[in-house]
Amino acid sequence: MHMADALLSPAVGGTMWAASAGAIIYCSRKLRQEMDGGKAPLMGVLGAFIFAAQMINFTIPATGSSGHLGGGLLLAVLLGPAAACITIASVLVVQALFFADGGLLALGCNIFNLGVLPACIAYPFIYKPLVGSAPSTTRITVAAMVAAIVGLQLGAFAVVLETVASGISALPLAAFAGLMQPIHLAIGVVEGLVTAAVVSFVYQARPEIIESVQQARLLGQTPLRKVLALFLGAALLTGGFVSWFASENPDGLEWAIAKVTGAEELAGPEQGLHARLAGFQASIAFLPDYTFKQSGQQPENKAGQESSLGSSVAGVVGGLLTLAMALLSGLFLRRRQRRVA
Amino acid sequence: MSHHIVEVKDLRHVYPDGTEALRTVSFRITHGESVAIIGANGAGKSTLLLHLNGYLATSQGTIRIGDFPLTPATLPEIRRTVGMVFQDPDDQLFMPTVFDDVAFGPLNLGLTGEEVEERVQEALARVGAEHLRDKPPYRLSGGEKKRVAIATVLAMSPDILVMDEPTSGLDPFARRQLMGLLKNFRHTRIFTSHDLDMVVELCERTIVLHEGEVRADGPTLDIFRDEALLAACRLEKPFAMQGCPVCNR
Amino acid sequence: MASITGAITEFRQLDLLANGNTSVHRIDARAKVLVTLAFILAVVSFGKYELAALFPFFLYPAVIMALGNLPVRHIARKILVVLPFALMVGMFNPLFDQTVLIRLGPLAVSGGWLSLASIMVRATLTVGAALILVAVTGFPAICHALDQLGMPRIFTVQLLFLHRYLFVLTEEGGRTARARELRAFGKKGLGWRSYGSLLSQLLLRTWLRAERIHLAMLARGFTGEFHPRRTTRFGTRDFLFLAGWSGLFLFFRLVNVSQLLGTIVTGGRG
Repeated sequence: MHMADALLSPAVGGTMWAASAGAIIYCSRKLRQEMDGGKAPLMGVLGAFIFAAQMINFTIPATGSSGHLGGGLLLAVLLGPAAACITIASVLVVQALFFADGGLLALGCNIFNLGVLPACIAYPFIYKPLVGSAPSTTRITVAAMVAAIVGLQLGAFAVVLETVASGISALPLAAFAGLMQPIHLAIGVVEGLVTAAVVSFVYQARPEIIESVQQARLLGQTPLRKVLALFLGAALLTGGFVSWFASENPDGLEWAIAKVTGAEELAGPEQGLHARLAGFQASIAFLPDYTFKQSGQQPENKAGQESSLGSSVAGVVGGLLTLAMALLSGLFLRRRQRRVA
Repeated sequence: MSHHIVEVKDLRHVYPDGTEALRTVSFRITHGESVAIIGANGAGKSTLLLHLNGYLATSQGTIRIGDFPLTPATLPEIRRTVGMVFQDPDDQLFMPTVFDDVAFGPLNLGLTGEEVEERVQEALARVGAEHLRDKPPYRLSGGEKKRVAIATVLAMSPDILVMDEPTSGLDPFARRQLMGLLKNFRHTRIFTSHDLDMVVELCERTIVLHEGEVRADGPTLDIFRDEALLAACRLEKPFAMQGCPVCNR
Repeated sequence: MASITGAITEFRQLDLLANGNTSVHRIDARAKVLVTLAFILAVVSFGKYELAALFPFFLYPAVIMALGNLPVRHIARKILVVLPFALMVGMFNPLFDQTVLIRLGPLAVSGGWLSLASIMVRATLTVGAALILVAVTGFPAICHALDQLGMPRIFTVQLLFLHRYLFVLTEEGGRTARARELRAFGKKGLGWRSYGSLLSQLLLRTWLRAERIHLAMLARGFTGEFHPRRTTRFGTRDFLFLAGWSGLFLFFRLVNVSQLLGTIVTGGRG
């Protein structure tokens, strides 16, 4: 499942962006060392392949619904983790930009959940040991199945953590996880089956493809593990911090801004403006009967609750007005543009 | 200039799975010749082409391009000398715009700024595609793609042009246009094709490959008059040389 | 993404829009990328119950769509397609969060409904911003901008390759899928087994294509290094665009313009 911008707080989104950017930079460095020129077009075309594959559906037995390939694990088997990670990331970028799947801030989460987790965790730590040095169809199937399920469970749980830590959605952790994990168990089984089918086929038709990846991977194993450990540690730490933060201060950035700038200064411009406009208000007010139990001095306090309580009507009216003005200015510009053209 | 000579001697190639694609192929093509390599599917045409600019390493036999034998050391120079145009232009046009694609070769040759600009302009003008400059490749028609693909190769100023199935997939008009273009090139030209009418029009010499061997090598018209040879090699006379199906003459 | 052909058409349309030549199209891609990021950050940084303060942000998409001459309906439809995903998670908010935060006369609005509305507005704004960015910039230009902003070259190359072959591969995949559907009667034959072997075939063909592309690159002297395209100049106009919008977003973030306006109109005391 794609994480969406609307459900993300900047703190979580930013953390995941940093994590994924780090992963991409690390993978790029690693790739540059092992890059034989042929890998660049291969990764590009395989990315497009994943894209195409995701558009083709199949019916899931006994449910009547349809599914498609995620592809993270498959790419890792075909290309190795670093190249797979970059390839998935590129697919997600295109999906975010062209199909608005997820969004730009959520891109960090999505690259991590759907790229880093299957390619850099599920593949090296589950698929590879299970397949061993002498792959057979059975081994490939079992390994792909387990790795796909674990990868997707991790991804689903990451979505849950990111959403809950962001605190925009009110879903409690347990309820959300109870919803996501079973669904993704089913999706994982399907992903495993398809991955196994494709890998077995390739292994029979072009064994050298899979063998070359397996050998190439032996070189860079230790550093990858180290980085991953570091990575996981950092993620857990920030995750813990962020969730604590989210519970203590429902509005994290608000709090941060107040800390950085000082709340008084923030409130300052509004007060100044208000003072100047005070004389104005009486004359132009068209809903003068409403009175507000305005808390006043701090327009945005910790939870943003009381202030919005007090000023709700003004908020609604003003919001609609602003919206109308924003859209009208667009309309006006468009008219003018047409006239010029 | 001896630069434009292609000499293949006793070339043999076996694929890892044991298929013997080429067995003792030899020929010599000299400056300015336009030569067709024809043969049934699986005769070894593609394998031969892959050798000509060193994508497949020669395991047995030798290839000389101009004054140099094809070796890893001479590979960069030979790849510049031998311009390869692929059958599917989608494989050849991989950059975001036509300009970027045509500039790809010159940039790899180490040219910069103005020179690249000049080369690109010249190559695009040569194939009549200046107006396509800023278009992305996926928005070109089949004929346009083919011409741009040729421009990408011309921008390397090659001495020898090797083209795999230049007319495949083109509509009659685009095919005619392309043939007109190819006719005017001064390079040494090597084509592989199943479009035998094109071969008759563009090539004075034809080499027939059959099961990895050179079965015939001579003037195009002589080859197409040899019905026994054509039948043995799973080929047939070009339509231009067959009787008229309507009036039976 | 119901049908594969539909998806390709959508894709092409957005790509075509980027071909426009308006004042917004001509702004340096880096400026547009950064403004978009600033916009999204500003929008998502509001508290979960904030609604009114988000409205001023509609100014940006409205203005850019007007200046960039983008078809409003087309963009709106694309946004509508993805909104249900935000709704899916957001719809639990009214269930779990029933504290009444606002009373509009007799109407009591709970925090859950407020945050759900906020989620939907956020989704519209952020999704819209991303689509608009592509429509007025074009994907290759965005990639070059990110490259100039320090994205690893390998990733730039990867994005460009992917974009180039998306059309080729989706069409190839579409043809193969159609062939399968034509021979599948009812739902039989559309299961995961045929899906697996279809993908396998497609994958092998894709692999061979990659080898041919590599060959085409080698044939033109590729040595493993991608050469950067001519760099674009970041001019005064670009700077003004970046600074102007970012400044405005910051202002909208710090000052609740809706609230202010509403207070003035309704005559409430600040």
